[in-house]
Amino acid sequence: MREVSKSFGTLRAVDGVSFHVNAGECLALLGPNGAGKTTTLSIVTGLITPDRGEVLIEGRRLAGDTDAIKSRMGLVPQELALFEDLSASDNLRFFGALYNLEAVTLKQRMAAALDLVGLGDRGQDKVKTFSGGMKRRLNLACALLHDPQLLLLDEPTVGVDPQSRNAIFDNIAALRARGKTVLYTTHYMEEVERLCDRVVIIDSGKVIADDTVTGLKNRATRACHLKIELANPDGATWLDELKTLAGVRSAGLNANELVVALDELATSAPTVLSFLTQRRQAFVHLQSERPNLESVFLELTGHNLRDK
Amino acid sequence: MNWRAFFALIRKDLTLHFNNRRAVIITIAVPIVIASFFGFIMGGASGEHKNTGVSVDVVDLDRGAATREITTNLLNDANLRVGVLGEAEARQAVVQGKVPVAVIFPKDFGDSAARAFFRPIEKPEIIVLQDPSRDVEASMVKGILMQHVMQAISKRAFSGDDGRKLMHESLDSLDGGAGLSDSDKQMLRELLTSAERWMTRAEASGATNSGPFGGGGMRLPYEVRSEKLTAKQETRYNGYAHSFAGMTMQFVLMAAIEFGVGILYERQRGLWRRLRAAPLSRGMLLGSRATSGALISLITLAICWGFAVIVFKVRIDGSWLGFIGCNVGIAVLAASIGLLLAAIGRTPEATRGIAIFAILMLVMLGGAWMPSFIFPQWLQKVTLVMPTRWAMDGLDGATWRGLGLGSALGAIAVLFGFAILLGAIAVARFRWEED
Repeated sequence: MREVSKSFGTLRAVDGVSFHVNAGECLALLGPNGAGKTTTLSIVTGLITPDRGEVLIEGRRLAGDTDAIKSRMGLVPQELALFEDLSASDNLRFFGALYNLEAVTLKQRMAAALDLVGLGDRGQDKVKTFSGGMKRRLNLACALLHDPQLLLLDEPTVGVDPQSRNAIFDNIAALRARGKTVLYTTHYMEEVERLCDRVVIIDSGKVIADDTVTGLKNRATRACHLKIELANPDGATWLDELKTLAGVRSAGLNANELVVALDELATSAPTVLSFLTQRRQAFVHLQSERPNLESVFLELTGHNLRDK
Repeated sequence: MNWRAFFALIRKDLTLHFNNRRAVIITIAVPIVIASFFGFIMGGASGEHKNTGVSVDVVDLDRGAATREITTNLLNDANLRVGVLGEAEARQAVVQGKVPVAVIFPKDFGDSAARAFFRPIEKPEIIVLQDPSRDVEASMVKGILMQHVMQAISKRAFSGDDGRKLMHESLDSLDGGAGLSDSDKQMLRELLTSAERWMTRAEASGATNSGPFGGGGMRLPYEVRSEKLTAKQETRYNGYAHSFAGMTMQFVLMAAIEFGVGILYERQRGLWRRLRAAPLSRGMLLGSRATSGALISLITLAICWGFAVIVFKVRIDGSWLGFIGCNVGIAVLAASIGLLLAAIGRTPEATRGIAIFAILMLVMLGGAWMPSFIFPQWLQKVTLVMPTRWAMDGLDGATWRGLGLGSALGAIAVLFGFAILLGAIAVARFRWEED
């Protein structure tokens, strides 16, 4: 994507976004809800025409609705894009037909897709009898029938139980092992850390960072978080003063939990604890955390991923 | 063109529709039931309305020979169901809506009416009490009443001792009568004298019912012969033909709402995004939708008409081509309406509410519930801009009116014209990008 922008009325949903995905790579678009991830994905698949900028797929622009290059892409929308009153097989047969798959090929691909997502024995059952996690897996299977090279997964684990989430992770890992390129939108840090090679952080329609997971973490190597559960914060009138202490990057209070970002744990933590003792703040529990993508996001954007 | 995708899109729509028990009941079973009911009350398969007569209560405060005779004749009239009550009960019956009309003969009505035949005196009144919502029945009763009153009063005026007495009174009063010229008085005297001589001669010969006002009173000077006219001699009106045309069209158009709203739901559920992500043209996506919508409508129409033909003996006595053309036109129109709703609707719920109102107006004013000829003249002209009115006229022509293809061509042209117009608006307004 090069300098792509898109507005809806006065809302600038995507603002000068640029990034690239290498073949065989898994790239995460990470950002809070409303950051512009889905709009970006829709622009890549040709569902939305950008106001400005261009999208190149395998080196060329998408040429209209029937461009054959669309057969090289498989979209897994955030919603469960399934016909609940049809069986799993009928859903797959339908989506396969959209890509003009011949009967024999379609039959083989249907069996393979159902096996991949662990629904091999549920093909004849109506989708409405499936659990949320099973529907999510079938949602993924429907995008695989035409064997696309580029998979576009729009928050594919929203609302699923941990077991199904792990199953979807395994499915994506298996697809990556086959050399598929994956563009994955999410607001879950752990998914990015587990699945993706590279991360593009998007916030308010703009790219904030574009790096490998390791590279992003290295940006915050000196920072760590101190989480202190207070017995009675009592209005926390001292919070602004705490933020001014040497070695304190930021501080926030969520109910009884005080989160303080520090330059150095060893030197700054005693300062903070001493400050709280002077203010007669008893603490019940104390915990420090190494830097992760969550803290990187906080540092880069000034707010948590799920603040919005 | 990816025909495999095209047929898959259509097959999917048909499968989803006919697997949906609720949709099938609403589009097929409900119109059959309602059309059967309406067809029955509109004359049924024989087309003969069983005349049960208009209910009317009679109050005879006169109790004279003339009003007794009028009451008896009303009781024997096949067009009426007469009850004889007191005044209070009759008024109560009309107020409560139990009878549409009650007739009150006041005291001395018979004598006063007979005198008023020959003299410019104040005429007695018959009081007709009527339910304000039932003007048609009241008018019918007044017409029938006039016939029986004229017969009974003229009989009283021109026969028997009472008649002779009335005539002498009239002759005596001529000399003192004001407002008449001498020549008019002379002519009236000659008329009354001639009438009296006629009465005397008729009574002497025993011919009590001969002459223009013999012993039976005045007679209607004509007979009525009714012909139920259709384009072909063997064609008979079948009430079910009109009701099935109307109800089937209504529910096909209702199904079009679900068809359009279904696309809006697909948008909400991300299905539309997934379809758009496939390498399919916009023409195919909308064209397949229109085709499946029209096919569902056609199948619905075929099943409902099949039921009407088999069970209620509805016949296509006019043009088969016209009949098929009208039904295809309705199906295509329904598909276009569905697309239009999908194009201009924002949320399924709001779209459904507004669309149901619009479709109900369209079918009601189109004459699907009741024939449009009972509308006021101005409204009949207004409804000519509605495709449903043309569809009903076309289908009536092709079925029980027995008309040829020429009479259906206008309807077919209007239906396809509207379908093309609405379809074009739908294509132009269709939101291809989600915001």
